[in-house]
Amino acid sequence: MPFGLLKYGLSKTYPADRLIPPQSELKSTYDVVIIGAGGHGLAAAYYLAREHGITNIAVIDKGYLAGGNTARNTAIVRANYLTPEGVDFYKESMALWENLSSEFNLNLLYSRRGHLTLAHTDGALRTMRWRAEVNKHMGVDSELAYADDVAKLCPQLNMSREVRYPILGALYHPPGATARHDSLAWGYARGATDRGVEIHQNTEATGLTIEAGRITGVETTKGHISCGKVLQAVAGSSSLVAAMAGIKLPIRTIPLQACVSVPLKPFLDPIIVSGSLHVYVWQTARGEIVMGGSTDPYPLYSTRSSLEFKEGLMMHILELFPFLSEVKLMRQWAGMADMTPDFSPIMGLTAIDDYYIDSGWGTWGFKATPVAGFRMAECVATGRQPAILKPFSIDRFDTFSQVGERGAASVGH
Amino acid sequence: MPCPLNGLRNISEFVCGGEVTEMPSAVTSSDVAWADYVFMENNAADVIREWWLHVTSGYWFIAERHTATDEIIRTYPASELFNVRVEFEPLPDESTSQGSAK
Repeated sequence: MPFGLLKYGLSKTYPADRLIPPQSELKSTYDVVIIGAGGHGLAAAYYLAREHGITNIAVIDKGYLAGGNTARNTAIVRANYLTPEGVDFYKESMALWENLSSEFNLNLLYSRRGHLTLAHTDGALRTMRWRAEVNKHMGVDSELAYADDVAKLCPQLNMSREVRYPILGALYHPPGATARHDSLAWGYARGATDRGVEIHQNTEATGLTIEAGRITGVETTKGHISCGKVLQAVAGSSSLVAAMAGIKLPIRTIPLQACVSVPLKPFLDPIIVSGSLHVYVWQTARGEIVMGGSTDPYPLYSTRSSLEFKEGLMMHILELFPFLSEVKLMRQWAGMADMTPDFSPIMGLTAIDDYYIDSGWGTWGFKATPVAGFRMAECVATGRQPAILKPFSIDRFDTFSQVGERGAASVGH
Repeated sequence: MPCPLNGLRNISEFVCGGEVTEMPSAVTSSDVAWADYVFMENNAADVIREWWLHVTSGYWFIAERHTATDEIIRTYPASELFNVRVEFEPLPDESTSQGSAK
C-alpha cells in the first residue's frame, strides 16, 4: 500500500466517521425501553428524543441493528391504499419520507419513480378505480390508466393480448418511490444516539416484569432493566414478544420471499406490481432487478428460501418481461411477515399499562417506518392513542371494525 | 406431507387451515369471545396441531408440525380428535328473545 494513503488513513485530520457511538454498558433503569432496533423502533426512539425531549431510552435487539425485516423488505414507498384510514396514514408517512435525507444529512436515495399496479381483469380494474377515487379524495395522487397509457408509462412491459393475463390497465401512482432501507435505519440510529439514546445490540428481551397490570421492567440476556414504559417493535416476532406480556394478537407469521438479479443497464424506471400475477418488480440504482411475490402458503418462523417460490414468481415475471429469461438471479432471501386478518397494522395502547405495541406489519411495514415512529413516539410520550392511529388499535377486532386493506396489498396473499 | 388418505404427496397440493382450536358456542358466547375465536392466534414457535386440506381429494385431516423447523411430526384423520358428534345448541326462539333484547 502506498505510504501516502496510509498517512491519510492514520491522520487525526481525517478521523473515521462513526454513525453511532460504541455500545455502552446497559444501565439498570431507563424511562423508555424499545424492544427491537429495526427501522420502526429506531424511528420511535428518534422522534421521542426530538419531538418529546425523552432521551433516557434504550433500544435493545437480540441481533444487530436493522438486521431483521428492515434488511429484508423490497424498499417500496407508496400511499395508494384503499380505505380512507389507510390512505391518511401512509400519506403522512410519504410526507415525512420526502424530507428525511436532508433532515438526516444522509442520502437515502429516495427516488420518486411512479408506481403501476396492473389490472388483468375487469374486477381488478374496478378495484383500481375505487382506490384512485379514495386516493384523490384524500389528497393522494393516483389515477386509473388504461392499456395504451400503461404502454407509454412503461414501454418495456409486454402488452400482448396473447398471454394468460393480458394487461387491461393500471392504478398509476406518480409519487411511488424507492429508498435505501439500511440508510433509513442508520439515519434514525444516528439521529437518536446524537440526542442521547442508547442502542444495545445482542441484547435479547427474555421476559417482562408486570406488576398490578403495569409494566415495570424488562429481563434481558444482559440483566434486568427497570423502566417507565416499553414499546415493542419486533416485526416477525410480535406474537412471541407480546406473549411475554400475556397479550394475544390476531397475527399469523408467514415467510415472505424476494430475490434480485445480477445488475443490468438501467432500463426500468417505474415500480411494476401485479396483484393478479402475485409479482412486484423494480430496478435498483445498481441495476439489479428486485422481485417479490406473495407470502408463502402457510405459517412458519423461518427465513429459508424455496424453489417453489422462484418457479411461481418467474413464471409470471416472464409474462410481463419476456426478455428477462436469460438473466441470472444473484440473491434470494426471506423475511417473516406478521400477517393480520385485515392487512392493517396493530398499533398503540395495550391491556398492560405503559406497554405499547407496534406490530402486524405483514408485508407493508417499510413504507410506514417514518409515520409509525412519529406516531408511536407521540403515543408513548402522551400515553394516549393519536387520532390517526385510532383505527389501528387492537380493540378493533373485538368490535369487528377492521380496516380492510387486502385489496391494496401489493400482491394477493 | 404424509396425507393419511393419499400417502406422501407434494406440499403444494395442500392448504393449511389454521390451528385446531375449540369453537365457543355461537349462540351463547360473548362478542369478545367470538372475536377471540375468529381472529386471535397463538402463533407459537413450537409443535402445533393444525387443520390441513389435501385440495385435489378434498380431504381434511390433522397434522402436528413444528412452526420453526417446518418438521411434520405426525398426521392423522380428524376422527382421532373428533370422535363424538358435536351437538349445537338450538337458536334462541325469535318470538321470546326479541322482548329481552330490545
